Amino acid sequence: MTEASRFAPAVRQTSPAVAGREPANLGDILERVLDRGVVIAGDIRVNLLDIELLTIKLRLVIASVDTAKEMGIDWWEHDPWLTGDNRGVLEENRRLRARLSALEERLPLEPRRSEDDRE
Amino acid sequence: MTVNDTGTYLYAVSHDTGSPCPEDLTGVAGTNVRTVAYAGLVAYVSTVPLERFGAEPLRQSMEDLDWLGETARAHHHVVEEVAASRPTAPVRLVTVYRGDDQIRDLLSQRHDDFTEALARVTGRQEWGVKAYVDLTTATPADQEVAGTGGPGAAYLRRRQMSLRGREEAWRQAAAQAEEIHDALSSVACASRRHRAQDPELSGRKELMILNGAYLVERDRREEFAHMVDKLRGRGVDVELTGPWAPYSFTELADGQAEIHDDG
Repeated sequence: MTEASRFAPAVRQTSPAVAGREPANLGDILERVLDRGVVIAGDIRVNLLDIELLTIKLRLVIASVDTAKEMGIDWWEHDPWLTGDNRGVLEENRRLRARLSALEERLPLEPRRSEDDRE
Repeated sequence: MTVNDTGTYLYAVSHDTGSPCPEDLTGVAGTNVRTVAYAGLVAYVSTVPLERFGAEPLRQSMEDLDWLGETARAHHHVVEEVAASRPTAPVRLVTVYRGDDQIRDLLSQRHDDFTEALARVTGRQEWGVKAYVDLTTATPADQEVAGTGGPGAAYLRRRQMSLRGREEAWRQAAAQAEEIHDALSSVACASRRHRAQDPELSGRKELMILNGAYLVERDRREEFAHMVDKLRGRGVDVELTGPWAPYSFTELADGQAEIHDDG
């Protein structure tokens, strides 16, 4: 098998009933092999949180590989359809809460009391 | 350097039907794909050098765009080949074990989870559907806005109108996406909505309003394709890809528990 054929885009089977389909592009492939599929921890630990970060970078990666290198780097913060996985955010949230309560324990209790008084 | 300097790279898991591994199947880094069968399941694997697939080398090469693209395509190719002939559970990119014994342990320990996942996708295929709208035509940005006050006030009013128009257009787009997703789901056994891709990623300037995956019975594929055709129009373009291996529908029952907290 030649190098070229190995990396050529996977051509979808065509059937007359299912016309007008697009061939698989690298973006669609990366989205699937990185974001989906069975997630099990192998012996070689690739930190799964790293992969989650990578899925953010992935959007940049695909743009770089498939199209152009010039693009803004903050667009995902404006994505209105964040229907995907938010585990990374939940994890960060959990850590921040833990840090917050640790900090609160070290502080005098006055600020919290005065807040309670208002109710 | 340790004595054992190779690992076993896992692509996918299927039922062990005794049929041989597809011949001349090439996986990541040009390696040959082979099978490891155990407990009625079969794993599609290849032997990879740890100097490239160890934790540290991987951390670096995952940042290498060309390497990532090549590896993803090679991984996907194996998954596709396997899925073409049998129910398949694709495994996430770069899942590497120390050796074949660890693969057998996995097949034994997660036997029921894999069996359940494979049952879910038997006789079914995954189809990808993306829907796009062109929001630029729906924004009344150039509209003349009457009112008192100086040019500053007029600017603010214009800006407000434009924002309101945009918001309304987005709301409509979201509702359309919902409708399309519901219609497609009615023909599918299962469906997932994934994060919409940015124009830079999709390669299209229109806004992607739906990035869906649908698990469809093999004998309903034409019905599904016709539904996709019917949903085109009204300013919405609908794009169909597939059939895909069932990447979006083979999560194991307790997959979440496998997330390790290094913090």
